[in-house]
Amino acid sequence: MSKLNEIADRAAGITPPSLAGAVRGLSDKSIAWIFIAPTIILLLAINIFPLIWTIYLSLTNYRANRPNAELKFVGTEHYEKILTNPDIWAAMQSTAHFVVWTIVLQTVIGFTLAWLVDRKFRGHGFWTTVILLPMMLSPAVVGNFWKFLYQPQIGLFNYIISFFTGAEPSSFEMLGSVQLAPWAIVIVDTWMWTPYVMLICLAGLRSIPDYIYEAAEVDRASNWRQFWSITIPMCLPFIMLAVLFRGIENFKMFDMVNLLTGGGPGSTTEVASITLKREAFEKWRTGFSSAFAIILFVTVFGLANIYVKALNKVKSR
Amino acid sequence: MKKFLAGVTALAATAMIAAAPTPSAAQSKTITLCWAAWDPANALVELSKDFTTKTGIGMKFEFVPWPNFADRMLNELNSKGKLCDLLIGDSQWIGGSAENGHYVKLNDFFGKEGIKMEDFAPATVYAYSTWPKGTPNYWALPAMGDANGWFYRKDWFEKPELKKEFKDKYGFELAPPKTQTELQKIAEFFQGRTVDGQKVYGAAIFTERGSEGITMGATSSLYPFGFKYEKTPGKYDMEGAVNSADAVKGLEFYKSLYKCCTPPGYTDSYMGEGLDAFKSGQVAMMMNWFAFMPGMAKDEKVGSKTGFFVNPGEKVAASTLGGQGISVVSYSPNRDEALAYIKWFANPDVQKKWWSLGGYSCHNSVLNDPSFKTSQPFAAQFLEAMGGVQDFWQEPAYASLLQAMQKRLHDYVVADKGTAKEALDGLIKDWTETFKEEGKL
Repeated sequence: MSKLNEIADRAAGITPPSLAGAVRGLSDKSIAWIFIAPTIILLLAINIFPLIWTIYLSLTNYRANRPNAELKFVGTEHYEKILTNPDIWAAMQSTAHFVVWTIVLQTVIGFTLAWLVDRKFRGHGFWTTVILLPMMLSPAVVGNFWKFLYQPQIGLFNYIISFFTGAEPSSFEMLGSVQLAPWAIVIVDTWMWTPYVMLICLAGLRSIPDYIYEAAEVDRASNWRQFWSITIPMCLPFIMLAVLFRGIENFKMFDMVNLLTGGGPGSTTEVASITLKREAFEKWRTGFSSAFAIILFVTVFGLANIYVKALNKVKSR
Repeated sequence: MKKFLAGVTALAATAMIAAAPTPSAAQSKTITLCWAAWDPANALVELSKDFTTKTGIGMKFEFVPWPNFADRMLNELNSKGKLCDLLIGDSQWIGGSAENGHYVKLNDFFGKEGIKMEDFAPATVYAYSTWPKGTPNYWALPAMGDANGWFYRKDWFEKPELKKEFKDKYGFELAPPKTQTELQKIAEFFQGRTVDGQKVYGAAIFTERGSEGITMGATSSLYPFGFKYEKTPGKYDMEGAVNSADAVKGLEFYKSLYKCCTPPGYTDSYMGEGLDAFKSGQVAMMMNWFAFMPGMAKDEKVGSKTGFFVNPGEKVAASTLGGQGISVVSYSPNRDEALAYIKWFANPDVQKKWWSLGGYSCHNSVLNDPSFKTSQPFAAQFLEAMGGVQDFWQEPAYASLLQAMQKRLHDYVVADKGTAKEALDGLIKDWTETFKEEGKL
């Protein structure tokens, strides 16, 4: 201990008096601020400033391809145009269809798979790895790969449907039909991301202590009753978390849908992010697209907040 | 001290000699030319070797696939990037690129170097070089003439049994069509037929949604039926022109061609998909750009079996314009070298070689040569097409105008939404809004 004190005294001795004085004069709060300042500055620079800047741009006629043009303040004109534009509402409807159906299917299938894998049958580790494979692929690869599968003349998907239904393989077009294309993108997203939901549900199932089931057995509760009274309620926070993650992800889905259909046929699968990309980087309506981005942000942020409150209520039960 | 000074002087002299530009250093300068990734780009790489040999300036190339070409290059220009010293940009970009200062104005340079625009085909100068349209303000040198044309399976058209059956059914010869109506009848005839033991289809046409495909395809029917952008050029009076009775007929025709005679799954197809369908023997006819004809004529599998024809007229003879001019990017740090390339490229001998390699020269010395029409199996058709080309808006807001048309046409033709009249009325609404935003209405 005396050796340590000696080292500390020597270090203090060689510290320049001005610095030592300055540090001595700082409160704990000030030192804490010094430590967190870089993080706050970084957060302001890469999150808060762009958000404020986007809000500012959304109130102007700015176009990124004409930086020298006169900048005019247009107030809430872009917001009014967006909220009264039928094409934007059509894009929001496409997005809602995609989000709702992918969440429903992924949750049902994901939970079922998790429940089956949790039975710990022979080779369950191997099958878990196989099930997880799709989510490890890049969305670009998945998009191109499914585009071939859906090809009406040579695509495997059409041949499988043909095998089961007897319909001619080239008699239907998954990506070219107005009726089928919205389902085609739902199928691909479900194929790719169900394993993710399954993983979260599996974590939920494995977190339920065995003694609860043992107590239920003692009380002669049937398997059905155990499932609805123990498994589902105790797994619900995990399921809700998976729904939240997939909901946010799919609300801003772009890459996979863009590769599969490009928003077509017509505008049938034009989800909000594709419309946003077209407005921002093809038409170069930066002010307009900034307003649209803010509307989407507020929508996702608002819905996510309401949902998180519901999630917390479920957890506290 | 003297030794020290002498040492410093010697060091400084050595450094200056090392830093001074030597002939070899000047020769090692390299410029980058940006264009779309397609057949003519390969011909240009070959041609440009002569430029490097002559001037010592090295050439690098940045070729981007067509569906991403506009996005990639317009982003580059808007961000004032220095990637491209020279850009062979699409004809529709010229308004925006001129007004936003992306291209160098070439009038003074042309005057100084004796490059005359009268030496190039007037339609190409108008379309690829001038902004405002038709004024003597030049932003590019016509580099690659192009139009939308047709490829057909000559061997199928020449089969006696098919010729007879066709004549009996339709009352005219199975031969390259003279009108759009004839084109559709031929496509109908081949649709679903078995030829050489394979099920074949009528025609591969453009239906692509993302970039410009369906607009370029549908205008190949709209223009011959009488579609116009304005009633009075330059006045933006679109009502009665864009949605005229002729325009409606033209759009209905394109949809009926798509519905009756394309292979299954052709809902989002452009140049590449068309070429695949034609080369694999799936279709009797293919709409595509003249730029692909040299490559197709040399194709080992179908080259000798392929014929070419100009886009058939209906009410008028008209083809959709493709092609590009070559411009110097104003953010280039190598402007002198880029201008040297333009000067070299404008030379009639270079233009002759350009045509011989598979590029479409716009130079009169090439086009007016008596041997030109017979120099390639598609040369006469190219001349005919260039005589009746029409182009999309070349306004600075062309991207917004194009995206609106892509959406309206795809909604009507592929997604069966509404009528042709409603699609064209909607298009006028979209375009009016854009022109109002631009302050032109």
